[in-house]
Parts: sequence; C-alpha cells; structure tokens
Amino acid sequence: MPELVKLTIDGKEIEVPAGTLVINAARQVGIEIPAFCYYEGLALQAACRMCLVEVEKAPKLLTACTLPVAKDMIVRTETPQVAAARKGMLEFLLANHPLDCPVCDKGGECELQDMTFRYGAGESRFSEEKQHIEEQQWSPVVFFDRPRCILCFRCVRICNEGMGVAALGVINRGARSEIAPNKGDHLECDECGMCIDICPVGALTSGIYRYKTRPWEMEYAGTICTHCADGCKTTLSVRNGRVIRGNNRDHSGINGEFLCVKGRYAFDFLEHPERLHQPLVRRGVELQHASWKEAVALVAAKFNEVRERGGAFGVIGSARTTNEENFYLQKFARSWLNTNNIDHRRSGDVVALLDALAGLPGSLATTADVYHAGAVLIVGADLAQQHPLLSFQVRANVRHHGARVYVVHPHPQREDKVAAQVVRARGLAGIGQIREKLAGEQSLVVLFGEHIQGADVRRLVEMLPATARYVALVDYANSRGALDMGLLPDLLPGYQPAPAPGLSLQEMVGASLDVLWVVGANPLQGRARASGFLVVQELFLTETARQADVVFPAAAAYEKTGSFTNVCGEVQRLKKGPAVAGPKTDLEIMGLLARQMGHELAPPLPEAVFEEIRRSVAGYNIPYATFVTGAASATQYPNGPIARQGSSELIRSARDTLFTSGTLGRYCSVLNSVRERDLVRVEE
Amino acid sequence: MYNAPHPLEVRILTRRFGLPNSASIDTYLAHDGYKAIEKALAEMTPDKIIEEVKASALRGRGGAGFPAGLKWSFVPRQSPKPKYIVVNADESEPGTCKDRLLMENDPHQLIEGALIAARAVDAHAGYIYVRGEYRYLIDILDRAIGEAYQRGYLGKNILGSGFDFDLHTHSGAGAYECGEESALLESLEGKRGIPRIRPPFPAVVGAFGCPTVLNNVETFCSVPWIILNGGAAYANLGTRKNGGTRLFCLSGHINRPGVYELPMGFPLPRMIEEVGGGVWKGRKLKAVIPGGSSCPVLKAEETNLPMDFDSLQAAGSMLGSGGVVIIDEDTCMVKAALRIMRFYAHESCGWCIPCREGTMWLGKLLTRFHAGAGTMSDIDLIRELAQNMLGKTFCPLGDAAALPTISIVKKFREEFEEHLNGRKCPHEGKG
Repeated sequence: MPELVKLTIDGKEIEVPAGTLVINAARQVGIEIPAFCYYEGLALQAACRMCLVEVEKAPKLLTACTLPVAKDMIVRTETPQVAAARKGMLEFLLANHPLDCPVCDKGGECELQDMTFRYGAGESRFSEEKQHIEEQQWSPVVFFDRPRCILCFRCVRICNEGMGVAALGVINRGARSEIAPNKGDHLECDECGMCIDICPVGALTSGIYRYKTRPWEMEYAGTICTHCADGCKTTLSVRNGRVIRGNNRDHSGINGEFLCVKGRYAFDFLEHPERLHQPLVRRGVELQHASWKEAVALVAAKFNEVRERGGAFGVIGSARTTNEENFYLQKFARSWLNTNNIDHRRSGDVVALLDALAGLPGSLATTADVYHAGAVLIVGADLAQQHPLLSFQVRANVRHHGARVYVVHPHPQREDKVAAQVVRARGLAGIGQIREKLAGEQSLVVLFGEHIQGADVRRLVEMLPATARYVALVDYANSRGALDMGLLPDLLPGYQPAPAPGLSLQEMVGASLDVLWVVGANPLQGRARASGFLVVQELFLTETARQADVVFPAAAAYEKTGSFTNVCGEVQRLKKGPAVAGPKTDLEIMGLLARQMGHELAPPLPEAVFEEIRRSVAGYNIPYATFVTGAASATQYPNGPIARQGSSELIRSARDTLFTSGTLGRYCSVLNSVRERDLVRVEE
Repeated sequence: MYNAPHPLEVRILTRRFGLPNSASIDTYLAHDGYKAIEKALAEMTPDKIIEEVKASALRGRGGAGFPAGLKWSFVPRQSPKPKYIVVNADESEPGTCKDRLLMENDPHQLIEGALIAARAVDAHAGYIYVRGEYRYLIDILDRAIGEAYQRGYLGKNILGSGFDFDLHTHSGAGAYECGEESALLESLEGKRGIPRIRPPFPAVVGAFGCPTVLNNVETFCSVPWIILNGGAAYANLGTRKNGGTRLFCLSGHINRPGVYELPMGFPLPRMIEEVGGGVWKGRKLKAVIPGGSSCPVLKAEETNLPMDFDSLQAAGSMLGSGGVVIIDEDTCMVKAALRIMRFYAHESCGWCIPCREGTMWLGKLLTRFHAGAGTMSDIDLIRELAQNMLGKTFCPLGDAAALPTISIVKKFREEFEEHLNGRKCPHEGKG
C-alpha cells in the first residue's frame, strides 16, 4: 500500500495514494478536470492542454493529467486564469474544425461540443481559410474525417496499447498532421472499432452507423453479446424497434471500454433477408408456411404420441440460448419426454476441470482475475482471435501490472508479443517445458483450450501450483451455461449425475430416433438426418432446419430477456433490444408446446425460470440485485467430484476467428465484409 | 568556412580554427589535443571532473543556459542500466550557426569533451545527433571519430586507463523539434520526433530509458579547456554565474556577419559596432533578436546590455543559442513577425493543440495582415493568440513562436497600424 499524500483541490482537502495523478485525485472529490487526450489506462499524452490547472508556487499552469500529487500541494481547477486557458485551447481546436455538427454522427455525444458548451466562446475569431481534406474510408466499418480530428491520439494508443494491433499512426507534422492507417489508404486490422468508440469527436465514424440517426432519437438496451463466450456487454442502440448501433456506451460491463468487431457490428443478422418469420411445416417434399397454432399442435401431438408409445427422443440444445431456455429444455426433455438423450456441441472440457478442482474452492478465474493476476498461462488457444476480451485483459494486465505471460501453442499468435516465454508445443508436453517457472507463480491464471481435455485436465491441475485459477475456454455466448444447465446426457443441472445416461450429440445425429428436436443448433451440417421426425427452432433455414418436418422461427438473444453464463462462469442479464414480429423466443416456443401437451397452464416467464435456477442449480444462488442491475455474478462450482458415466464426448472448438461466428456468423454481412479472407485463421 | 577573426575575440573554443588541417587529429594533438582527457583519466576522479565543470559556471549553450556541472551531477552514480552521452548537434535555431563551425573546424575538441563527460558520469557509449541538413558534417565527424579510435582515444581501455567509450554519429531527418532534448532522444531511438513528458529528465531517464548526459555541441567543446586550465580560470573569463566565452553568431543587417567568440557579458552595442562593423548600408538600428529567432526582440534603445543569460532575462529577452540578428530601420516588423511565425508553423511537430493550431492560425493571420487585409482588432488578436500559446504548450516550441510575436506587436504596434486599410507595406522593396 503506497503512502497517502494530503493535498487540497479547490479548497477540498483530500488524501490519496502517492503517485496518483491530480486529474484522478480531483475526480475522487467530485471535481471534473476536462481533458481530451487523457484516457485512463492508456499512455499519458498531455497534448490537448485542456486539463491545465493552477498549482500554488508553480510559475505556470500545469497539466493535471501528468502531474502526480505532492504533499501539501494546493491545486485550483476553476480560476479565471484556468478558464481563460481552456477557452483559448477550445478556440484553437475549433479554428480548423469544420463545425458541421448538424450532420456529424457525433453531434449530441461529442466531447468537443460538451467542452465548448462549458468553456468555449460563442463566437469564432478565426476568419482564415480552413484546411480541407477529403474524408477517407479505411475499411467497411471505419471512416476518417481529418478536419474534425483534434489529434488527441486516443485512437493510436488504443489500437497500439489496448489492442496490440498498432494499425494507426501519425503522418506529416504540425497542423498538417494526420492520423493514418497501416496500409496507406486502408486498414488491415481487427476492425474492432475501438478507435471509433474512443474518438471524442466525429473524426472516426462507423460505416455501419453513419448518417443513420441522431443519438437522442434512440433507446438503449445494455445486453450481452451473442457471439463468443467472453460475455461482453454491448449496448444496442434501437430506433423504431431496429438496432442501429452496438457499443459499450457506459463502460459498465465486465469488458469496460472493450468490444470487438462482433460485439460492435455483428447484430445485422437480425435483419438478414433469410431470417425466418413464420413457422414452416413439411407438406409432401416441401416446407411450407404454417400458422403457429398448426405447427405447435402438430409437434405437440407428435411428442405425445411418441412418448405414449415409448418411442425414442433426441434433444440437441444450443450454446447461444439462455440459461432459462436451456434449463427449461432439459426439464422438458427429462420430465415430459422421459429422455436423457440431450446434449449440445461441447467446445471446452469444463466438466473435467470442475471435477479436477474438487476440494480446491475458488479456483475458477473471473474476467477481472485475468487482468489482476501476476501471471497468465495460455494453452492451446489463439486468444486474440477466439477470446478477444480475455486477450485485451491480458494485454492490459501486462501494461498496468507487468504480468508475466506464458504461451503454449504450436503456432504463433498475438500474445507472443507480450509473453515472458513462448513454447511452440502442444498441451501438457509444452507446459512441461516451463513447469519450473510456473511452479514459482503464486498468482497464476490458466486459460486452456481444446488441447487439454479429458484426463489431461487433471494432470494439468496437478502440475501447477495449488493457488492457480483456471478458465476452460469454450466457444459461444452460453457454452458454459449450457453445461451448467445440464444439456448433457449424463449430468443434470449443477453437474448432478443423471439416473441413466442418454445418448450424446454424436450418437443422436447418427441414430434412427423417432423424434430429433434441435433448439438453436446446426448439428446436421454436411450430413443427412437419420431420425424419423425432426423439429428445429432456428433463426435461419440452416442445413439442419432445411431437413426438418417443422421449423419454428426463433428470436435471437438480442430479442429476449434472460441470462448467459460466460467462459469464466459469470452470469449476466440479457435485455431485450429490438422489437421482433413473427419469431418467438425459444422459451415461448417450448412453453407453447408444453401447454399444448398439457404440462403447463401458462407460458413460462424467464424471470420465473431464473428463480427456479437460483433455487435448484448448485452455484447459481447469485444475488438477485446484482443480476437485475446488469452486473456480472460469478457462479460457484460443486467443489466435489463429478460422476461421469459412459465414454467422454469429443470436445472440439469451432475455432472461430474474429470474423466468424459459427453458423450465425454466415448471416452477419458486416463480418463477411471485413473478413480478410485467408489472412486470419485459427490454427489447430 | 570561417569568417576573419576579430581582435576583440577571446579565442578559447575557436583557438584552432584557421590552423592548417584543423580538423585532423595531428593538428589537434599538436595544440593541446587530448591533454584534457589524459589529465582527467590520470589525475581526476569523476566527482572532481564534475566539481571543476561546476566551478567553471559553464551554462548550457543550446539556449536554456542550465548549469552544465549541475546537470551532470543529476546522473545517478549507481545505476543498473548503462548510461549514455548524447551530443545535441541539431543546430536549427534561425540565426544560429556556431556548432556547425565547431564540428567542421575542430571535431576532436567535441569528441574530447564528450569523452570527459563520459568519464565524469561513467558512460561507455555516446551519440552525436547531427541535424539532417548538416549531413556533410557527419563525414567530418566520422573521420575524426575514426582517427580517435585509431589513436586509442576512443574504444576499449582508453590510454591504458581501463575506461571504455564508444561514440557514434546519428543523422536527424530535418526537424527543428528534434533540437528539443526529449524529442531528440525519441528520434535517436528511431521514433517520431516528439517531446516527452518530463519529469523524468534525461539525466535519470534519457536515451533508451537510461540515464543520459545531453548537452549542446558548444557546451561539450568548452569542457577540455576547463579541465586543462581549471574551472576558475574559465569562470573568470565571463561574468558571475556566466562563465567563459560564447560563440555569438552575428547575422542580419550588419557589415561583418560571422561567428565571434567573445567573453560572456560582452556589451551588445560594442558587438554590433566594433566586432560586427555596425549596421549595414549606413542605416540605423531598429531592433535586435539577441539569441535566435525564439527570443523577444529588443528595440534599438533597449540594446545597451551585457550579453549574458541573466542580463538578457532581466531585459525581458533571452541569450538563447547565441544567434544575434541585427534588424535595420528599413525592415518591416510585421513581415519579420510573419517570417518567424512561418518558420514555427512549419516546424511545429503537431503534438499539442496550442502550438499546432496557434502557429497555423497566426501564420495565416499575419500573411493576410501583411498583405493589407488586416483590421484593427486583428492586431490584438495576434497578440492574444500568442498569449494563449505562451506557457501552455507541451514543449518550448510554442513559447519560441509566441515570445517574438508578442514582443513585436507590443514594441512595434504602429507598424501594424501602418498596414491597415489595404495600405501597401511601407517597407516593401527597400531590401
């Protein structure tokens, strides 16, 4: 704990740790010192000169963003001299600024506007000719308007330090200085849009959002990204029921300011022309539109008929549907279809990890732990491609806390650049090479992918210090939740053993079942159905849906409430963003079927199912207040051995890149537009 | 190239100028060359060297005038990191051309000065960062460095003392900003030449994150004489707190422009009249820029001053880099202000708002004003904009642009008024 330093800011006495910058010390007593270039967590710049403050005994104004507190320092942040300096800076900034606020995307949420409103002059004394430079498009999603740029260099820093990409730089000098992309006239990068998000003005704008609306005409729904398993909060900006923009508006999620290309742009599948809006029923050889009533009646009758004659069901769930839906689906299958033939596509061996951690409570790492740990071991995953938030956390940890990073993977990857040691080998064999070093790491977080599964997981835990914390990397937004909710043939919710194990996914797709029911998955990609009757709940007519007897149009995660559990086992709440006409949530569809079959009187509500989960699923008794306010709650794990029955299922990651997202990604035109074909791939 | 010496000069640093083959090591050795490093290695502890430099009252010749001995003493004695010597040879201040002569005519004096500094702070590598436009000097320096290696004055085990020192030249790429010490270090490290946030200062965190002694060419060149003759002897050449001699670069409207080595505190009127032979073409003196273009101008009646750091500061200007620019009565001061501003607008690195935008705006405004399209309120605007830059920029470049502008508007306001109402510049064509 550093010693405390006492100082006075605007007459308020305050004690802060030595080394604190005046700009942050002021914040603690509710004094906002304005700044454009200062951005917490990034290198100091002191370029915008907006944060100049008066310090007693200093001969001139000093920048609060670079000034560490000193004992008995007396700071004044709102003197006439300070106000004049700020006004002067704004006058300089606005001199060459085009003042095209009426048509600028940033209008209404622009820091330059806000600052001018607070400190600026109402009139311009600049009567010279402004320097005009044509707007440039750097990628399908990034546009740059130099005249609006105030050269705060936030974009350059976030790209370099935050993303580890360094795709932006500065060319020319003086008033002709320009931010420039890495490939001359275009960008080759993650297309994460962090540069756009961090831009305080309208210099960097989004190709997806530009000229679509004014910010005050939108409503905002903070929800959880539907793509990878990291669980970033993305705020959907909705106008007239349509999503116009995704960003992380208030930095309130576990991802702070971070979002990748998927969290920011890949919501356009919602309005994809191939989106299903009406149930489909097979008549003869063709799938034809049908009413909900007809389709539900048909499926319910079939379910009842097969159940009564003791026929075989197979149920395949999803890694993208909510916990409430997954819980309800397994309950439906086990209670009303009398089957344990239930599974989903598994991408990481969470079960083996939880089993291996029996007797080691508190050994799962949270997203925050990845940022705070003294060391991070990454095994068998291309983190920057598959887990962009965790990758961001690792880089931030290295920058802010000097964490030691160890990479064990046969192929080069971005984390190599910040690694203390890289081992070009696979799995345990690779870890063996640095075992002694790892043994000395008392605060170690281990992120492991598909290279370590089955019995290797226990060996891994035995090799590493007992204080190590783990994340078993999985693919999609609710991959972890699907496991926790018991979408497994041999395990009930909370990893309780099922009385008699059912068929696994691999077995189900090959078996001649009487009914195969697929909720939000595409297991029949590249293979023909073997079962008698196929029911599919889907957004699109996927390879699986195309073979179905009945297809229910399902709502996407952005169109429903509920919860997801991310790769680190943190539960977060989904908030419904856009309006949806036609499709229903999977929970609603299952509810309709249950009612038709005579099991439910009223449709289940996500809130009620969540209550049931909290009460009955081990580890999910999370504080309700935390959940409803949109914060993340870490779940507990059983902390006891998990009884596996039967052979363990093949676990295989889909190895999505930043620009792919399984079947769903095919319907994200933005992802496909920015995807640098063949340049990016995740190697086994 | 070297102008004819003047009898009033006190030739310490320039004493070998004009000798045949003055840049060669043989000439250097024949005239006290490398005696100082011999003495320093054989007879002096590193602390003693620093004490001697402190006693000499030698102040940084780059412009800021910071006491050199004090600067050296800030370098940590014990450091787990290597230490570096960096010679600032990025001489770019308009009106200044002395370092160039020192390197051209007597490169070994600079090498020896850097070597002594290295011994004082226990550095084993150094760089001479040479202004991009001075590329031809790199050949001269490299030749001299080669000779010094050959004769054992550089490299391993110098003069059998066990002390090692390597010296390298490094070319700038033509940016005035890189004369600012922290921008120079960035550039030396291969990055964009923009200044660093300070503290920490280079003595603690300098080149490649290591403790670094960074001084101007002339500062290093003064050191061998100080070591040979003692700090006190050097100090006595000048005035109190302003030790030694200074290379003054007389330019502008003067009869005998050139670089003259004169004692610190030499009276400015005598410099103009006796050393420089007076204002050219029999014209009257209007103003003097006393220390390079970044200094506030002095009106003719303010020039009765001794040329040392403290006297110039007291008079509201600066001794700066020693570039003394003489301005005659037929010069348009609006145009002078414009010319200076154009330079700084061109050279602003673009890092901070007030310098980047201020120099651009003032450049455009002064251009329009000089062309006769100015208004009365523009005169105040020019001053206010410069005032808004002053003291608020990231590095001193903003001040360098603001100070002369403010002084010209303040002292020559009537000349601005003469340009109003579309009137043609009254000095146009007087040449």
